[in-house]
Order: sequence, then structure tokens, then C-alpha cells
Amino acid sequence: MYAYDQYDQAMVDARVEEFRDQARRRLEGKLTEDQFKPLRLMNGLYLQLHAYMLRVAIPYGTLNSLQMRALADIAEKYDRGYGHFTTRQNIQYNWIKLEDAADILADLAKVEMHAIQTSGNCIRNISSDHFAGATADEVVDPRPYAELLRQWSSFHPEFSYLPRKFKIAVIASEKDRAAMRLHDIGINIVQNDTGELGAAFYVGGGMGRTPMIAPCINAFVPLDHFVTYAEACLRVYNRYGRRDNKYKARIKILVHELGAEEYTRQVEEEFAQLLDQGIEPPLAELERIRTFFEDPPFDGDADAEIDRSDPDFAVWVDRNTVPHKQPGYVSAVISLKPVGGIPGDATAEQMRLMADLAKDYSFDECRVMHTQNIVLPHVRKADLHALWTALEDAGLGSPNLDTVEDIIACPGLDYCSLANARSIPVAQKISERFAANGKTGTLGELKLKISGCINACGHHHAGHIGILGVDRKGVENYQLLLGGSEAEDVSLAKITGPGFDENGIVDAVETVTSVYERERQDGERFVDTYRRIGMNPFKEALYG
Amino acid sequence: MADTLRYRDDEPVDHPAVTVDAFLDQSNASAVRIEPGDDARALVPHLERLALVEVNFPAFGDGRGYSSARILREAGFEGELRAVGDVLVDQLAYMRRCGFDAFEPDEQFDMDDVKAAFERWPEVYQSAADSRTPIWTKRHA
Amino acid sequence: MRLLTGNDLKSGAVTWWTGSDWSIHIEDAVDVTGSEDEIARREEAARRVNVPYAIDAELHEGSPRPSHIKERVRALGPTVRPDLTLKPADPEIGNWVI
Repeated sequence: MYAYDQYDQAMVDARVEEFRDQARRRLEGKLTEDQFKPLRLMNGLYLQLHAYMLRVAIPYGTLNSLQMRALADIAEKYDRGYGHFTTRQNIQYNWIKLEDAADILADLAKVEMHAIQTSGNCIRNISSDHFAGATADEVVDPRPYAELLRQWSSFHPEFSYLPRKFKIAVIASEKDRAAMRLHDIGINIVQNDTGELGAAFYVGGGMGRTPMIAPCINAFVPLDHFVTYAEACLRVYNRYGRRDNKYKARIKILVHELGAEEYTRQVEEEFAQLLDQGIEPPLAELERIRTFFEDPPFDGDADAEIDRSDPDFAVWVDRNTVPHKQPGYVSAVISLKPVGGIPGDATAEQMRLMADLAKDYSFDECRVMHTQNIVLPHVRKADLHALWTALEDAGLGSPNLDTVEDIIACPGLDYCSLANARSIPVAQKISERFAANGKTGTLGELKLKISGCINACGHHHAGHIGILGVDRKGVENYQLLLGGSEAEDVSLAKITGPGFDENGIVDAVETVTSVYERERQDGERFVDTYRRIGMNPFKEALYG
Repeated sequence: MADTLRYRDDEPVDHPAVTVDAFLDQSNASAVRIEPGDDARALVPHLERLALVEVNFPAFGDGRGYSSARILREAGFEGELRAVGDVLVDQLAYMRRCGFDAFEPDEQFDMDDVKAAFERWPEVYQSAADSRTPIWTKRHA
Repeated sequence: MRLLTGNDLKSGAVTWWTGSDWSIHIEDAVDVTGSEDEIARREEAARRVNVPYAIDAELHEGSPRPSHIKERVRALGPTVRPDLTLKPADPEIGNWVI
């Protein structure tokens, strides 16, 4: 994985000192809260419902054991012993003090981490495919391109006061595991007929109150124009994105209002202006970065067979491991979705265990998934039983990847000052319900996503089943949505009808899964059945 | 209004800046003020007769002026580029990188903070309108 | 009644105006009807509180209880982690929030 050189380290260290100085000036009253807010946000520091919250960047979700351990240490030293892994592959801490924030950033910098641009109206942490470098279906490992964009976007002098936040995801496969087309810019690294690599740019996707699927604006940007093209996309947005209304300020609105064709024309025009400005990094930099992402020294004789004699272990293997490009290996998913638990939360102790397991069984590497789980990307099949045993002992062995229990949920009203309703208790009740009725396994792949407000941090628009919490005259109410997907079959979910109370929404989820069980044909997932039969049978079952 | 910080050796322009519309209508002004919604490229055919371009920041969070500045520098403008208005000390380093070489903030800066802001970044990751060499170029020099 | 609330600038903790100071316990909060703007301005300028604002509340068993659920969650702590709330030992506290 990527390692800093003296340049990267110097930049991150300088940022720590800059923030230390800014925090000091705020505490001394030289900065007003209005002036300080964008500065602290660009260092990931929010003022949340109960305290300051710090969001730490995990570039393209990749961590080594040292870094995971540092995250655990921060949870204990500065917070209340846990952290929350997010849908953009980051981690956030809920109980941070402003006076500690610079020290935390300094601790992070010691392990080549930071909180740079994890909030604010700037280019955010770049996310990517959590199976990058491990899956057989990728054209190339997308992370070097994400790393190049990380460097380009860090402290970008022109794009730090954009109309609104800006999220970029990079993948390199027909399979989309990063919700690429629901980002401000989604990039798919592709190969053309002559075998040359290039970048397909999808611009103007997003969730929030106006969900949009990004159109492709250029199917093949050559790699020696990659950064310049991104710069052109951003400049058009910075100049013409709406600033009169916060809710219309994302790039998706600009692309929608201009039309994809006109936006593309403006980007191409800007790109032509920028081409001779020397913006593009030398291609040698991409080559340098690529060397950090070469395959680990796989065991060429690794056993292809798994001893499945332990039935509980066999269930976990079936549900939580994913095929690997290297014979004898799998990617193993550590579920942060225990039945009745808080999706995405991990204690310091659990983080340390995951660090140890990454070191012992996965070439010192783990990844945060956008589904708020952790993956050990390269595990020998022969090591799986030992891995599973350790996970089971720590409450991390839930065999529920991509099932109805594997719920994405935002922090909701329990933690978030923007939320209208609580998300976590709904997730807890749903996972308990399905664990109790024994249907988790038989329902197969079912992506359930819960947001506590219209900002959609819980990706409810992209759920096979989505839940949106709203405030109805001071009482929590939950709308049900069906038919969304964030994957390569991307689609936006539709609302079924009137909302439900907290217990009612749990019943409603069970009702729609019963419709699926009744109607499904061979091999259909929930979302396939929905797409075939449409909304009506579900509505009838829900509302009579 | 506070003093103007200037990082140029030439004499400042001694007459007020006119709006972009006024400038495009008349030929004798050599100073113009760009508002956030103005198209900086409209000035590009006339850069030779411009000595000063003021870029107004009515609110510090509106970042359009950063693009205006870079566009003018990319087009070859060598006159004074002055950031005016709600300009904060924590923005100076980025503004400088976008080509600003003068600052006229609504509120006076503490000069120690200004010094710290300009000395903050030992390196830069990307190219902009200044002459600093990006890290990725240094790595492969 | 109206309560004045904000966050402590250094720690970020939720605080309530007691009439003379700021407390993390909502039981200490006093009615500020009519004077909320003046107190907020003065206290924020002195950096004894960050981003203060006033909320509606009612008296409930002798103590103020915010009218809106968001402020009740804010006053107590996350309902899903009773151990981290201000009343970890009170099994009935969930009913106060919801």
C-alpha cells in the first residue's frame, strides 16, 4: 500500500501545525465561529449533537495494522473507546474536544494519516473499490489513480471554497462496489480496443434530497490528461455551480440544469484552455504510485480446499468470503453488523484485534467498505478457520454480508444535528427481527439502507429496500422505498406510500420481504423481483 | 477598510477600478473590478491595457474569485491582481497560489498571522498560477 | 418556557444557561423568555458558549423538558448507548426522550 515520502509527510505535518494555530486563534477569540467553521470542517471537525465530531480520512479505504491500531488508540485516549466507520470508507469519533483536536491530528500524522478535507465545500477523501487488487474482475487496481487524485486535490488552491462538498470515487471494473455513479465525479478506469488504459468520467451523481445518477460525459480520457480533465470538470463547477441555494449547490444540479451535453461542452472548452498550463503530473508519478500497489507475495501453493466440517464456520465462509484472483485465497469480510448492534461501530479492542488479524492473515492490510464493514483482502483459505475463530470470540463473526442484517445506517438523531429521526434503533430492530424469524439466509442478497434525514448519508435511495426517517410534527416517522441500487445495476428507489412509526417500519420491511418470497422466480434477488413485478404487489401488501 | 498588502514593486494604480461592464464599454480605464458572477475571460482580449484587476469577495466562502484569478494569470495577465473584501488570513496562501499579489481585506490582518500563512506550506502538490514546483515534478526531476 | 443552550467552546459539551452560568445538566436550566438574545450575544462574545440558541420546553415533573425530540436527545445523549448518556443508571430515561 501507499507509503509517504518526505514530501507527503511534510505536507501533513504542516497541516497539523496550521490547524493547531487556527484552533488557538479560535480559542483566543481572534476567529469568530463563522470564520473558524470552514477551517475546522476542512480538518474533519464538526460540531455535532453532543460534542465535536472528528472524521478521519482513510484514503480509498485502505489501512495497515499500525494505522488501525492508531485509530484504536485515539478512540481510547481522546474519545469514549469506540469509533464509527462511515459509508465513505472513513472513521469518525463522536466525543472530541476542540482543545485535543490538533494533538489527534499529530497522532494521525505519525502513522501517515490525516483528517484533511473530510468535510467542507472542497474535494473530499477519494473512495474506491474495497476489493481493489484482490478481485479478478478489475481491469487494473484503481487505487493508484485514487492516490494521484488525493495528491492533486489536497490543499487545492482553487477548489477549497466550492459551492458545496465534492466527492470522487474511482473504480476499475464493470462491477461497481463504490457507488461510483452516485458521486459528484465517478471514474471508471477502462481499457480500449488497443489495450490502452483511460478514464471514463461520470459527472453529476449524488444522493441527498435530489438523487441523480451521473451521466458519462467522456468515455475515455487518456491517462496523460487525467488530472487536467478533472481540473476542467471542477473549474466549470466552481464558476457556475449554484451558490444562491445550498440545496441546489451540488454539481448534479448544475449538470442537470445545463444538460449533460452542455456541461460536457463547457468542460471540453475549459480542458482545451488548461492543456498547455502544465497541470498534468508526469506519467512517471503514476508509475511510482503503482509500485506501492503491487501484489503481495502470495503463496503459490496455497490450498484451494476449505475444511467445512464445522457447520457454523461453513455458513460464515459461504456468506462472508469473496473469490480472489489468486488461487487458494479469498477476501474475508469482517461484519460490523452484529444482530441488534450499531452498524459500523467498533470498539478500540475490536480495532486492535482487526489490526492483528490483518497483520497475521492479510499481508498487513485491511479495507473499510462503504457498507461499513472491514475486509481483509488477501486471506489464505487455509487460514480462514483460525481467522473466523478469533472473530467469533470478539463478536465480529456475524455471517451476514449483503443480507438483510447487513444494514447501512447513518448515525441519525442519536448523534447527528441534521437528523430528523433515529436510524440506529430501526436497524437494530430489523436485524433482530430477521435473526429471530430465521429468514436472513433464505432472503439472499438484500441491501437495506437507512437514513435519518433527507441528506441520505445512509444511502436510502440506493437500497433494494431504503428507509428514510422524517420528522412528522415532532414525531419520528419512516418512509419505505424500494428498488434502488448503488452497484453496476444502479437505480433510484421509489417511495411506497405513507410512512410508518418505528415498529411499523420493521413490520413493513418484513411484509415486503414476504411479497418477495411469494413472488420470486429462480435465482432472483429481492430487487430483481421488484423490477419484474413492479411496486403494486408490495403496495397492496403494505396498505391493503 | 484596512491597508492593502502588496507583493509587487511597481507603483499602484491611482484611480478607482470600474465594473467589468463599464470597462468593456470605455477604453480609458486601466483598473477593473470583477464581481463573483463576472466572466473573467471577457477581459482576456484587453489585458494589455489593464494594470490592476480587483477581484471582489463579498463573502469569504464564495470561491469563484479563485478561478477568476487563475484564468487571468493563465491568459498572461501580469498586472496587479488584488483580492478585495471578505478576505481572511487563512485564505492568503491559496489566493497567492491562484495569482493574487495584493490583498485589501475588510478587516486588518495581524502581520504575524500573515507571515505564518505565507510560510505555512513547505511544498505544493499541484500546479497553479504561481511558480512553485509541484511535489510530483520534484520527485521525477 | 424558553431555554438557552449551546456548546462549550473547548470541550464541545452541550450546555444550558442556569441564570448565572452554563451547566451540562438540563435540570439546571432556567426560563430565558424575553432575554434569550441578549444573554446569547453577551455569553458568545465572552466565549463562555459557542453557537447559543433558544428552544421551547415545558416543565415535566418539576424539570424542564425540551418540546422537540432532537433537543431531548441532545440533552441526554445517544439513546442507543445509555451507558454514554448523562443518566447511565436510570432505566426509565428512554421514556423521557421518546
